[in-house]
Amino acid sequence: MTLPAIRIDRLGKQYRLGERAAAYRTLRETIMDVLTAPWRRLARLSGTSKEAATIWALKDVSLEIQSGEVVGVIGRNGAGKSTLLKILARITDPTEGLAEIRGRVGSLLEVGTGFHPELTGRENIFLSGAILGMRAAETRRKFDEIVAFAEMEPFLDTPVKHYSSGMYTRLAFAVAAHLDPEILLVDEVLAVGDAAFQKKCLGKMGEVVHSGRTILFVSHNMGAVRRLCPRTIWLHAGRVRAFGETEHVVADYLRDTEPSESLDAVRTRLRSLPADPVFRFEDVRVAQHGRETLFVGNGDPVEVEIAYELREAIRGFRVYFDLYDELENLLFRAFHDEDCDAPMALSPGRYRSRATIPARLLAPRDYRLVVRATIHNVRECLPADGIALALSVQPTGPLNRAYPHEPIRGKLQPAIAWETLRVI
Amino acid sequence: MGLGDLWRFRELLFFLAWRDIKVRYKQTVLGVAWAVVQPVLATIVFAVFFGKLGGLERHTDLPYVVFVYAGMLAWGFFAEAVSQASQSLIASANLLTKVYFPRLVVPAAAVGGLIVDFAISLVVMGCLMAGYGVAPPPAAIAIPLLILATVAAAMGAGALLAALAVAYRDFRYIVPFLLQIWMFASPVAYPLALVPEPWRIAYSLNPMAGIIDGFRGCLLGEPLHGACVAVSACSSVIFLIVGAACFRRLERHFADIV
Repeated sequence: MTLPAIRIDRLGKQYRLGERAAAYRTLRETIMDVLTAPWRRLARLSGTSKEAATIWALKDVSLEIQSGEVVGVIGRNGAGKSTLLKILARITDPTEGLAEIRGRVGSLLEVGTGFHPELTGRENIFLSGAILGMRAAETRRKFDEIVAFAEMEPFLDTPVKHYSSGMYTRLAFAVAAHLDPEILLVDEVLAVGDAAFQKKCLGKMGEVVHSGRTILFVSHNMGAVRRLCPRTIWLHAGRVRAFGETEHVVADYLRDTEPSESLDAVRTRLRSLPADPVFRFEDVRVAQHGRETLFVGNGDPVEVEIAYELREAIRGFRVYFDLYDELENLLFRAFHDEDCDAPMALSPGRYRSRATIPARLLAPRDYRLVVRATIHNVRECLPADGIALALSVQPTGPLNRAYPHEPIRGKLQPAIAWETLRVI
Repeated sequence: MGLGDLWRFRELLFFLAWRDIKVRYKQTVLGVAWAVVQPVLATIVFAVFFGKLGGLERHTDLPYVVFVYAGMLAWGFFAEAVSQASQSLIASANLLTKVYFPRLVVPAAAVGGLIVDFAISLVVMGCLMAGYGVAPPPAAIAIPLLILATVAAAMGAGALLAALAVAYRDFRYIVPFLLQIWMFASPVAYPLALVPEPWRIAYSLNPMAGIIDGFRGCLLGEPLHGACVAVSACSSVIFLIVGAACFRRLERHFADIV
């Protein structure tokens, strides 16, 4: 029997939470800590001090992946997918447990890693190749293939800062796609570029999949996971919720992530959510004309009201909501302090933030609205998945009365000012 | 200890250094001139204030400008290398969190990227010597060894400071200050002979003390303090080993905190 390509045994990764988080410290703080240590010891003895809160990004994860297997990794934001990939790629060390990997690992956690805007396309191909672990000779051998795939021959000697974002992504993906390690770790790279290029990337991934390599593919795109991966891992809150045939796992996952259909259901859920040490959602309310409902018309403004309690003064604390379509594409994100010039510092207390989605912005369709909170540059607050609501929008706007039966034309239907003049 | 990893990842090291050089010369108006202007201006300032006003020019038979520039040559490279290396990890935070490679490559590339600047200042040195009619002694063949010692000392100090700068974010304000003091603790403006005899060996624990003295001896034929050079050479190797070892200890946490 051959040994598995990846063997993970009771793997765990712990991060520190709290306002200062696991993030960097200053020397001044460390010196102050040393000076105040005797006091803190006293405080601990008398039971008045708070220990730094921690969170397990991954906990008790055990898996075996055979050589040549293509495995999808799904789960909501904050479920530990990226952490798992980072540990396998040796970027970060696990707190406990063991990960054994047999073979050369290539990781593709972000498109365009190591690109430098001042360098030309040609130079960046070599640089990025070296960073991703390709030998210079290998890059030279594949150079023409990479350029052809990215379709950018004429711009090779232009600095990439002059590229459009589409060109940039195409080139970056082209370099990455021509890596050939024995084990490939891929994170969300397909969410880039225009539709035609995405199709090409998927095609290339399909080719890679059939080349006998071991692949771990993290994605939110269920279609791509279904197409590329025979087996799938579902991570939930740092643990393996399911690992098996993709069809079953994806179906279970979709069933589980369905948003709450009523505000009462949301309130029931709120009570059972994992508690964040410094913050707590108290209520989420969606209303139109002052009446609470998840069934709204697009002709009038929609109000989203979030009530929460803050237990500590936190710089950079922000509540926000995301609006997704039914395919999990993010349409927009709105922060409570969007109009502020400087980070808003909230003192401890209970707050109510109200957002108004303007009339004539939403299209008549179903959306998923997810309310979340974050501490800027530090971490997402719990619950990491936020609070998901199903928002159903009905056509009540003045738009399109002349052709009422036309199908929905896009994800949003904003009020656009038109003027038509006869010129001759 | 990670130095073997550097060899295995030498291509990446080369490409990162090459990127630094390329970008530096593309972005600045002065381009190559930048590498020349900085030490030359510093030399002029030193010649006026320390040489003339401070009277330090009495301590050497050579034209003071040539004397100071020889010190500036080694010091300028060292100081720039240490300061660039100490910032290098923070500047490549996006790489550290996305790809695996031995982290030591990053500060090493920052030091390597300055070799071109150093070569240019060597050319300026040659011009100065020709202009003032100073011929190099046969000992000049030892210069590559001195350069190696400088690189080792800069790598050691740079790697250590880079790791500390990731762990403690206010470290970057300390580095320029540290380098300023270090310069006065090195014989840049004055000859090593000015340090009282009994203190010289202790003074040479600063690797740049013996290295600068060595550069002056090998380039200009100034009297060499062999024992000091030997102590400094050992000291730079120790710097490298200790710096790399500390770096190894801290590097496991870089991706989590950078």
